[in-house]
Amino acid sequence: MGFTLFYLSALVLIPLTALVIRPWELGFSGFWDVVTAPRTLAALKLSFGGAAIAAAINAVFGLIVAWVLVRYRIPGRRLIDALVDLPFALPTAVAGIALSALYANNGWLGAPLAALGIKVAYTPIGVVLALVFIGLPFVVRTLEPVLSDMGREAEEAAATLGASRFQTFTRVILPALTPALLTGTALAFARAVGEYGSVIFIAGNLPMISEIAPLLIVIKLQEYDYAGAAAIGVVMLAISFVMLFALNALQSWMATRR
Amino acid sequence: MNDTVFKNPTDDNPTARIVLTVVALAFIGLFLLLPLVVVFSQALSSGFAAARDAITEPDALSAIYLTLLTAAIAVPLNLVFGVSAAWAVAKFDFRGKSILTTLIDLPFSVSPVVSGLVYVLVFGLQGWLGPWLREYDIKIIFALPGIVLATIFVTFPFVARELIPLMTDQGRDEEEAAVSLGATGFQTFFRVTLPNIKWGLLYGVLLCNARAMGEFGAVSVVSGHIRGRTDTMPLHVEVLYNDYQYVSAFAVASLLALLALVTLALKSFLEWRYADEIAAVHRH
Repeated sequence: MGFTLFYLSALVLIPLTALVIRPWELGFSGFWDVVTAPRTLAALKLSFGGAAIAAAINAVFGLIVAWVLVRYRIPGRRLIDALVDLPFALPTAVAGIALSALYANNGWLGAPLAALGIKVAYTPIGVVLALVFIGLPFVVRTLEPVLSDMGREAEEAAATLGASRFQTFTRVILPALTPALLTGTALAFARAVGEYGSVIFIAGNLPMISEIAPLLIVIKLQEYDYAGAAAIGVVMLAISFVMLFALNALQSWMATRR
Repeated sequence: MNDTVFKNPTDDNPTARIVLTVVALAFIGLFLLLPLVVVFSQALSSGFAAARDAITEPDALSAIYLTLLTAAIAVPLNLVFGVSAAWAVAKFDFRGKSILTTLIDLPFSVSPVVSGLVYVLVFGLQGWLGPWLREYDIKIIFALPGIVLATIFVTFPFVARELIPLMTDQGRDEEEAAVSLGATGFQTFFRVTLPNIKWGLLYGVLLCNARAMGEFGAVSVVSGHIRGRTDTMPLHVEVLYNDYQYVSAFAVASLLALLALVTLALKSFLEWRYADEIAAVHRH
């Protein structure tokens, strides 16, 4: 108990305090200038907007993947299921260079896409793609246990009452899955907002266009602008806390629904 | 011909089945399998010898050593912390418990870059302790201690998160029985609690280790990228890639990808064999 508290305070609380205090040496107006500078705003917008788009894509495809893995008997199901966790296990830098090599203009997928006039690497599309990669397991892993616990009685009842399969899905299955789907999507979003390693290689990191907020922190640190880096860090930390509380609320809602 | 074959009303129609299966497999193939294949094929694109040379050159070896050393320090510390934090949360009631669990979760939702940044602000040259550390010639940032600290920060939730639901489910009846029969605290822990949680613990340690060896963002902020000195394997991959040494970058990356595959295999094995003895819900 004492050890737990000591460890947490030494490792987490004191450094966090340092982060929260640091930007104010610029004064409030200085802090505000850093946070509302066009470059910072563009980076924050990309990090949050990209994460939101990626989370939405993951919500749709994660639901399909979880449905297929739980409901259908397909050969190699166990292997595919294990593969879903790859983004948790694969170091982000490795994912970053792999995606970047795939979608570069001479890459396996980048070349055909470039022929169609679609540029993925070094654009915001590349950022979203990397965020989809790292977010997918959150949605699938949150949905899978709920889907397999969900009995088929309600669906059978709907069918005997004359509902079409589509009606059963939208009126019976989807409402039952909503809390888990929202939780998984929120987890994917939270992870994607702060993601660094898998994004920076494919993003190209052009200021105002494809530069994410965590990278801007790194750049400010390299310029020894500690206070500026901390200012952006505080904004991201505040949003992480909001996400954490939202997630806790979602999860207790999910618990009451199950 | 029997045309009254019973169709289960909760089965999807065959077209929907095929379409959904194809979409799911295509998505997994495109987003998960293909990047993995690219890593190995790029690593071997100039032959096996080139990949082997890239892994055995001195800077790469020093990166591998640093990564192993970092994990060897961070993982055992987080093991001890994870067990004691889970013990405190699961077996005792106290004020501020929900704050404690929120703090334990924090590294999962904080950007890795911010995790590294907080240590630079404390120990860096312009940080709180910077001038004092410089006076005594202690290097933390841009040296091993900083790398270890950042790694500990991003990986400490893994063991605790795994054990808290498990130990909460198990309750404290068995511990109370042991204590009432005269066992000491240590005996209770090693003979009763530990055997009950050993597979969950192993599971947590496995994930903790994978992340510790692969962490990039937090470590890159505190490491200073001194080649051959403070570059871990993921950082070495970045340096090589930015130097356009693609074969070498992917060769080192393929070692990390192998580590990920081994981790996934062990993880699936634990989930399959000891499903009842590790926590039911896995998010991370």
